[in-house]
Amino acid sequence: MMAAERVSISQFLSLRSGGKRINTADALTYLYLTFGTVLMFGPVLWLVASSFKTQAGLVKYPPPLLPYQQVQVEVEGFDEALPLFTVTMEDGSSRELAQIRRVGIEARMIDPEDPAAGEIKVNIRQREPVEEVKLAWENYLDPLVELENFDFVTYLKNSVVVTTAATAITLVINSMAAFALSKYKFKGRDAIFVLFISTLMIPITVILVPVFLVITTIGWKNNLWGVIIPGAATPTGIFLLRQYMLTIPDELLDAARIDGASEWHIYWRIILPLARPALAVLAIFSVMWRWNDFLWPLIVLSRNDLFTLQVGLNAFQGELQIQWHYVLAMTVVTLLPITLVFAFLQRFITTGIATTGMK
Amino acid sequence: MNRTADPSDHERMGTRALGILDELARPLILLPVAAVDRILTPIQKRVGIDKMGYFFVLPNLLIFGIFVLFPMLLNFYYAMTGGTKLFPEDRPFVGLDNFATLFDCDDFLSPNTCQEDLFWRGISNTIQFVVFQVSGIVFFSLVTALVLNRKIVARGFFRSVFFYPVLLSPVVVALIWKWVLQHEGVLNAIVEIFGAESKRWLLDTNWAMFWVVFVSVWALMGFYTLILLAGLQSIPPELYEASSIDGANHWQDFRFVTMPLLMPTMFVVLVLSLIRAVQMFDHIFVLTGGGPGTRTQLIVQYIYTTGFSNQIQLFGLSAAASMVLGISLLVLTLLQLRLGNQSSLA
Repeated sequence: MMAAERVSISQFLSLRSGGKRINTADALTYLYLTFGTVLMFGPVLWLVASSFKTQAGLVKYPPPLLPYQQVQVEVEGFDEALPLFTVTMEDGSSRELAQIRRVGIEARMIDPEDPAAGEIKVNIRQREPVEEVKLAWENYLDPLVELENFDFVTYLKNSVVVTTAATAITLVINSMAAFALSKYKFKGRDAIFVLFISTLMIPITVILVPVFLVITTIGWKNNLWGVIIPGAATPTGIFLLRQYMLTIPDELLDAARIDGASEWHIYWRIILPLARPALAVLAIFSVMWRWNDFLWPLIVLSRNDLFTLQVGLNAFQGELQIQWHYVLAMTVVTLLPITLVFAFLQRFITTGIATTGMK
Repeated sequence: MNRTADPSDHERMGTRALGILDELARPLILLPVAAVDRILTPIQKRVGIDKMGYFFVLPNLLIFGIFVLFPMLLNFYYAMTGGTKLFPEDRPFVGLDNFATLFDCDDFLSPNTCQEDLFWRGISNTIQFVVFQVSGIVFFSLVTALVLNRKIVARGFFRSVFFYPVLLSPVVVALIWKWVLQHEGVLNAIVEIFGAESKRWLLDTNWAMFWVVFVSVWALMGFYTLILLAGLQSIPPELYEASSIDGANHWQDFRFVTMPLLMPTMFVVLVLSLIRAVQMFDHIFVLTGGGPGTRTQLIVQYIYTTGFSNQIQLFGLSAAASMVLGISLLVLTLLQLRLGNQSSLA
């Protein structure tokens, strides 16, 4: 940018987009927005910052803002790295010493610069750990390898399978039904449409027991299909797609029929490509619904190796001793894909909701 | 005032989204036409074009019938059978006993006098939760929408800020706040800076309900803000021009132009948030597990616990309770249709 276009910060802050000076209403507006931003993003950022702290770092109170870890130094003559402390000596001076071991209230220290000088005994109250900002990547890496009771990779795989399969099935069957309901005249068409739409307000929470029976009878208890299929025939999807397909002119279909296209050909090669915007909106919503789904998977899946991320995360955080350092890191990983999708498709999602009013 | 969103950005994002979708779908599009056609063409020749509608609606109808319609009917039967077996043929018919058990109360206002005290505590908690959560959502999403509708710098950014939590899964939302609210957590550290005493927020009977409401408002208000914002932007600017010619001040603008024209949208927000609040489960289950005690246990958790997580699985009782929930949802929906028609007539 050219220097001439620059404005000072105070000028910028006192500008409205119209170029007038701010008044009280504007001041309140930006106060609200600032406070809102802190309240909405703050907890998420705090989660991310905390997820990089070590187990020892997490129990510090009041909690430091950044992930600090104690500095470890290699000292000649010792196999393992030793923790570094700042020690206040008897004469009031302070030295940086590495601790060899601690016995009661007495710590045996050694000068890392001069290990030949031998051990120094220090009262533990006289030493403060030397810390540096360091990210505890092990919180993220350990669960990938092996963690008892928390098989992150399996959960992730299950979540991805459920989300993609369910979204694909939803898109195909919903669009087929919407095509039939918008482009064909057959007996019972309107009744079927009303039947679908009338269940818009009937959530699965109202029919948990009988759906569970159906799943069990089919043999889908503890099976990912039991999570994928029951929610696939979404009334919202049918409604959205049908409204969109009604705007596609019938002449287009007739022209294709004259050219000898079959009905399936018309659906697959003409209707689907034309309905892409509506399909895209439904796809985004379906991914969100399925990725975040909790109660139904919780009921269908009781075997640890079938858990989705949400169910696994809940089970892991419900253990008697919460291993917060892992829980936090895995929570960050769980929110990451949705955050990335949002970052790229933000406008698309927000306008999609505003125009269709669905979630 | 600028009341229209910039369409070019939206279109660009939309095109990009479609581009990604196209790339993913390309191999799919070429594949199944011929294969499916081979099976379908003879059928189409026999039944004619219009009857093909049945074929297209069939997959969806099947899944809908098996997993929605049939269970809905079966739920009535479950509600009238007892025992702990899952399969209907093993379950003794008990008539309305389950409902009698649920409604066996000396005094409906004090859950302790009920046989199923957890059910009534769930209902009473749900009512409290719904009242506070829905008013919170309506109030804060209205204020936020009004603020975002002003002429502000970086409106797109601020809109995303308030919307972002909507996308997070309930489990993630609950864990984020569980971490903030824990005893050695950041909230207590902040509270102590201001000289107040730290608390175990989620174990405190007085505070747990507040936080459950707060967290769910935090997580969901962005969705309703967006709907209200769309409502605000559909108000024609000419009306404000006319009112300013009439010498109206900001408050009069709001009172006599914005509010009346926003009423239908407000109504949608009210009903949608109400229907969702009544079914609240995920956030609370992870955040407090219904505790301390049963202080934040709502009706859906009762249905889940009774039917699925207790040692003795009382499916009949669970189904009966879910019918009570279903009927309240039905009433709310009908109320919406009734009042919705009235407000559009007015």
